[in-house]
Amino acid sequence: MSTEIQGSSLFAITDNVRRRNLAEKRFRAYGLSAIAVGIIALIVLLSSVLSNGSGAFMQTYVTLQVELPADKLDKQGNRNVEEMKSVSTFGYTPLIRAAVVARADQLGWGMPDGMTPKDMGAIISKEAAAQLRRFVLANPDVVGMTVTLEMLANGRVDGYMKGRVDREIAALDGNVSPQQLDLVDLLVEGGNLEKRFNFAFLTSPDASGQRPEAAGLGVAILGSLYMMMIVLVLALPIGVAASIYLEEFAPTNKWTDLIEVNISNLAAVPSIVFGILGLAIFINFGGMPQSAPIVGGLVLTLMTLPTIIIATRASLKSVPPSIRDAALGVGASKMQSVFHHVLPLAAPGILTGTIIGLAQALGETAPLLLIGMVAFVKEFPAAPPEGFFDPASALPVQVYNWTQRADAGFVERASGAIIVLLVFLIIMNAVAVMLRRRFERRW
Amino acid sequence: MVFAVAAIGFWAARNRAMTSADGDSRALHSLPNYYGTNAALSAIVPSLAVLALWLIMQPLLIETSVSKLIPDAAISEDTTRSLMMSDVRRIAHGLDTAIAEGGMTPDEATGLRSELTNLRERLASVGVALGSDVQAEVLFAAQKYRMMTRRASLYMMFSVLTLAMIGAAYAWSRSDKDFRARNIVEKAVLALLISAASIAILTTLGIVMSMLFETWNFFGQYEATSFFFGIKWAPDFRGDSALGILPLLWGTLYISLIALVVAVPIGLFAAIYMSEYAGPGLRAVAKPLIEILAGIPTIVYGLFALLTVGPALRDYFAQPLGFSGGADSVLTAGLVMGIMLIPFVSSLSDDIINAVPQSLRDGSLGLGATKSETIRQVIIPAALPGIVGAVLLATSRAIGETMIVVMGAGAAAAQLDKGLLEAINPLEAMTTVTTRIVSQLTGDTDFAAPETLVAFALGLTLFVITLGLNVLALYIVRKYREQYE
Repeated sequence: MSTEIQGSSLFAITDNVRRRNLAEKRFRAYGLSAIAVGIIALIVLLSSVLSNGSGAFMQTYVTLQVELPADKLDKQGNRNVEEMKSVSTFGYTPLIRAAVVARADQLGWGMPDGMTPKDMGAIISKEAAAQLRRFVLANPDVVGMTVTLEMLANGRVDGYMKGRVDREIAALDGNVSPQQLDLVDLLVEGGNLEKRFNFAFLTSPDASGQRPEAAGLGVAILGSLYMMMIVLVLALPIGVAASIYLEEFAPTNKWTDLIEVNISNLAAVPSIVFGILGLAIFINFGGMPQSAPIVGGLVLTLMTLPTIIIATRASLKSVPPSIRDAALGVGASKMQSVFHHVLPLAAPGILTGTIIGLAQALGETAPLLLIGMVAFVKEFPAAPPEGFFDPASALPVQVYNWTQRADAGFVERASGAIIVLLVFLIIMNAVAVMLRRRFERRW
Repeated sequence: MVFAVAAIGFWAARNRAMTSADGDSRALHSLPNYYGTNAALSAIVPSLAVLALWLIMQPLLIETSVSKLIPDAAISEDTTRSLMMSDVRRIAHGLDTAIAEGGMTPDEATGLRSELTNLRERLASVGVALGSDVQAEVLFAAQKYRMMTRRASLYMMFSVLTLAMIGAAYAWSRSDKDFRARNIVEKAVLALLISAASIAILTTLGIVMSMLFETWNFFGQYEATSFFFGIKWAPDFRGDSALGILPLLWGTLYISLIALVVAVPIGLFAAIYMSEYAGPGLRAVAKPLIEILAGIPTIVYGLFALLTVGPALRDYFAQPLGFSGGADSVLTAGLVMGIMLIPFVSSLSDDIINAVPQSLRDGSLGLGATKSETIRQVIIPAALPGIVGAVLLATSRAIGETMIVVMGAGAAAAQLDKGLLEAINPLEAMTTVTTRIVSQLTGDTDFAAPETLVAFALGLTLFVITLGLNVLALYIVRKYREQYE
């Protein structure tokens, strides 16, 4: 009899209990590993972007003495800028080539077989000739002198300096040869070639498909900034007004129901559908220009509105009714109680929601593709408000644009642009979190 | 100008109200500023409404009356009346520019005869290019057009200003201490709030109308049945395209399925662990980390698919198995999309699991069940409707997702006519509805061709599908919440 009691004791581990405990352990392990998978995915994602993109923030520059012969650049000899404009960038390319050859000779470069001065000049970016021309036209007096000029290195040379390109790859690549890389090594020893932080990446405009080394985010950042301004100016007042009505004034009827259902559905409509709306209504029907920040801003406003409305309503709801009752009790109208008391108390929450909505809008890509923001834009848009109607790009669209190009240098640029985008997002979200910490009030 | 009138009205009405109360604001019905605001609103609202109406109507009316001036005989065979009218507008605009730049005096512009002057050259000199030499009738019409436009703008300015003044004066005359200015101002503010709230409806209406209209055009050119039931997608801008939606739908659903297979177990288990097992320390670290995944823009996931996941799958998975696909594949897009959806599923399920009443857990544990048994046999069944709703919402997200599939899934449509094996190979590139919308609508587009218009039909299909899923999911979630409240 005593054995029977022992057999059914809670403390004895029977097979059944062991099985159940094992199942319990397994279950916990599943849960823990699910969380681990999520976090690992995040880490892999971020580290892949970082490792691919950090290169974009460094850039190889070549500093050379360039001779500017007067008989080539200014045939009349009177330093008239209008006449000097007749020399195109093709007239400047030989000068740069000559500068490379001259410096290489100084450093004791023995020209290998099969290499021409043209190949030597090709280690400098094609952008350099245009840069030199701009410089000469801006300072016509330098003609006839020898100037020290800092130029971008060719994209492949840049890749070599960053370890993306090596001699094996170069031997297979039609755009760069191992001999050119030997020359690069020589110039590095001579102190003419160095790698520095790349400010131009943040300020200069996009460049054509063969010059990844010159491509920058200037236009895209400005375009994104313009759109965020439009979104902020439109979405915040409209969103707040709509939420105040729905939360404080709306009677419960069909119309209010319809609005509520619409808002919750708009929040879940695929973003590309908003792009179709922008294309059909704003561009085709409203006659607005393509790839302009104003259209992008309007589309993003419509997308951000539900986010702002939902956040604002939550924060209006969190203001306790006693505040409203007190205001009404001392003779304020309903409108006064809302605008003088409830709204200021809800402001931090509204602001936080707005910033998060803006951050979402900043990363949105698909609708902008449809309204023509993928176009190649090299000109900076003018200052607002006219600039809102000029063509511009946007950060995420620029990333997409660069991934579609053939040159491998653009992959690095695209990842670098993602880093810039993520930095902006982190800043915005950090501000939102800080605001919430600083001003959040628990009632 | 209108605003100046409004400002004067504000000040005058406020003063009049104060005077009527002998300078004692306590005797007024409303605060003094309400009287002013009322006057300003009475000045601005009607005049701006008339201004907007006028700006819409004026070109229409002038166009019709001017176009009557051009006799039918003057319209040569290779043009139409509307083309002539655009010439008229351009010349009128050119004359204005010429005057503004000092190339012409106003008298000259009204007195010009095309027989006497070479208008084309003169306008070209100020930068207005005309396509051909100017006919006498067209020039006459253009001059008439200019005159009418100028006169109309003059009338418009006059009437708008008068209206503003009348409005301000009326409000001013009504301002005394018993006048309920606040009520009127608040009504106006309320109207503003209502119109802001109605923008949501307008947006939905805009979406539906814009797509319905173009889809209607599309079905005028392309058979609806072959769109909905066609199994071949091969657009060709030279015409004779096959535009069946089924291959695209299959690609979309297949990728979404893989994404859900990744996201639902991981998200669900993460949510269960976080709400039932994790201590506050782990929860405080893990929850925000996973939610960061939700804040990352989709373009970043797209780049991740393109640069990391795609090549990795190709080199370590597809090629050893003997498949020779590119980096773009259904599996790439599905996996990355699954990662994107993890936080979506986990935070929704977390909310739902937390909403299950504690008494159910206590009851089950009290009967001797282990924690995992409680979760599997009590909590999950209780939370099931909510979880189903969360999965439906995630599905709708996956179907509407664009950038990941544009960058990771490839551009070739699923080959439904090549047999089952081809259609279900996850290492094959497959295109989706969203990808096709992007590619048909970017670049140079011709809005008369069915190859472009099909994008609107695709968009409408996408909208209807996601809308249906969302409504269903919200309905289920709401029903479920009511059950425990």
